[in-house]
Amino acid sequence: MLRLGDNFITSLNKVYGIYTLGFLGFVILMAILEVAGVSNTIIGWLFVAFTVLIYALIGVLSRTMQSSQYYVAGREVPAVYNGMATAADWMSGASFIAMAGGIYLQGYPYMGFLVGWTGGYVLVASLIAPYLRKFGCYTVPDFIGTRYGGNLPRVCAVIILVVASFTYVTAQINGTGTVASRALQIPFEVGVWIGLAGILFCSMLGGMRAVTWTQVAQYIVLIIAYLIPVFWMSNKLGYGLIPHFAQFDAVSRVQELEGLLGVKELLPTAEAQAEAGKLAALKVGINDASATAMANWKFFTLVLCMMAGTASLPHVLMRYFTTASVKAARQSVGWSLLFICLLYLTAPALATFTKLSLLDPTVATSIIGKSITEVSNIEWIQQWSNVGFLKLVDGNGDGILQINEFFMRGDIVVLATPEMAGLPYVISGLVAAGGLAAAMSTADGLLLAIANALSHDLYYKVIDPKADTSRRLVVARVLLLFIGAAGAFVASLKLTSILGAVAWAFCFANSGLFFPLVLGVWWKRANKAGAVAGMIGGFGVGFWYLYMVQFGGMTPWYGIDGLRFGMIGMPVSLILMVVVSLMTEEPDKETQDMVDAIRVPKGKAVLAADH
Amino acid sequence: MSKQIEHWGKTKSLLWITLIIWAFFAFIIHLFGSSLNGSFPGAYYMAGQGAQLAFVILTFWFASRQNKIDEEFGFSEDD
Repeated sequence: MLRLGDNFITSLNKVYGIYTLGFLGFVILMAILEVAGVSNTIIGWLFVAFTVLIYALIGVLSRTMQSSQYYVAGREVPAVYNGMATAADWMSGASFIAMAGGIYLQGYPYMGFLVGWTGGYVLVASLIAPYLRKFGCYTVPDFIGTRYGGNLPRVCAVIILVVASFTYVTAQINGTGTVASRALQIPFEVGVWIGLAGILFCSMLGGMRAVTWTQVAQYIVLIIAYLIPVFWMSNKLGYGLIPHFAQFDAVSRVQELEGLLGVKELLPTAEAQAEAGKLAALKVGINDASATAMANWKFFTLVLCMMAGTASLPHVLMRYFTTASVKAARQSVGWSLLFICLLYLTAPALATFTKLSLLDPTVATSIIGKSITEVSNIEWIQQWSNVGFLKLVDGNGDGILQINEFFMRGDIVVLATPEMAGLPYVISGLVAAGGLAAAMSTADGLLLAIANALSHDLYYKVIDPKADTSRRLVVARVLLLFIGAAGAFVASLKLTSILGAVAWAFCFANSGLFFPLVLGVWWKRANKAGAVAGMIGGFGVGFWYLYMVQFGGMTPWYGIDGLRFGMIGMPVSLILMVVVSLMTEEPDKETQDMVDAIRVPKGKAVLAADH
Repeated sequence: MSKQIEHWGKTKSLLWITLIIWAFFAFIIHLFGSSLNGSFPGAYYMAGQGAQLAFVILTFWFASRQNKIDEEFGFSEDD
């Protein structure tokens, strides 16, 4: 049977060039079908089926039985392509579906996520990733375990990795379920399992190798799907060709409208809010940067937690183990950030233009200020009301829709924008395919990070060091299957919102892993006892604080809520690690030489290529 | 061995410069968000576009500087 050969790497530009043109051709074909009268449901099905089949095909073609291919894609991924794969790995359902909606509903304070989720890559490039690449490890616990020595640090790192990544992956599987159920008109629970099947097809047979090449394909789909509607809206509303430059006039216009429509004065009445439940009305200005110390502190802490989390999430760091060299790993971080920014720089523009389409009375698609009967007859309002994503509540009973009477879930800003702005259905199908690609690609990376840590670090390094390669790879695959099923099961219970779970994952990772990773490279004196104390203390205290704030009824200290509990975990981790390291013996000569070796790109990796 | 100490010294100074620029765009500029707002939405700009562009440029700049340091001491992989 067909399999990707060695010459695949040399013809990447050709392969993905043809793929991109093929995908654009497919979108045009769907547009033609729509004009020809094919129903929306069929177009939605075709979009999802076609893209998922392609990913699964890439996954099957990339199958491998070599451990270096399975764990690190043979360390031959070029910097630019690794950048694209990292961008897809990184941008999850939260980035694609929830971010623009968050900016729409919560305004300026929410933009801390944009700053935090990009600036973290400066830390990845300068503090951690190139050194881990030189080290030659397969997984993040592999580094912790070898640098600090012994099984205890390795097992601690595995536990933190599993908790952080598992929290994150349930949110992604939840995201695939949401998108699949909307696009295919099937129950959410069924959507979750279909999404999982696609995810496993991409990763099971080829491990990191397969995930790399599907993630590149998924990045191309998701970025096309995110950009097209925004460019379309910017031009349709007459603000200019490029939304990234045109958005600032739109922001000024929105601020004008906020005054006219009373965005900050007209708040929902208690009864209306009770009727709307968890849905939210627009209550804040688009650009209200407050100068109060508390507002600045909240912005600062959110940015810091997200950045440190970025630099300690294993599924991100392990992407840089796949490049051909240390130099390529460093450059690849730059490419990752560039590809991520293509989407992140578009999110505020998307939120702003959507706001304008709904609020500006001179725009045909606007709904605020129109009669409630008229608005509730609009097709997209009906569709999204039916699934409980939005609600109109006439609070003052005047029959006119005011700003405080329109309630929605943030997610619909991305998912429903094509319909809100009056774009053809083919764009909605495209956006659904993009959202699915974003959630699937992140879920792939996370599941693989968990399964690899358990199979390589726990099973092979701790439990059965004599296991041969084929046995290890079988164990890795079986674990992948079980963890995927467990993730889908938890996701189908719908315990938390997508965004809440994602922010928790970042704080779990930075509380437990940030300082052990950074100090492992930058502080030779850091030793085993210090690292273990830092991991257990930081992670444990962070976990306790989250539990107390979220479920124990404790009032957050200084505004440090569940999204920011890394502000508690990280300092504990740092202090414990430094104090305990200094109180115990310094690391032996061998360990110190190892640290010296990873600080220069030249020379052999610390761990052998097949270990 | 002294070559290695010197290499690490230069690497550390590059790290500090990088982290100072990073901290400026990550934290400091946003403390002045409300003063950046005038006829142009400066706070929105810095949080939604300016900081990100700065991070992209900074990361590529860092990568090339670090690479030059490695080459200078003959520590790069090509040597």
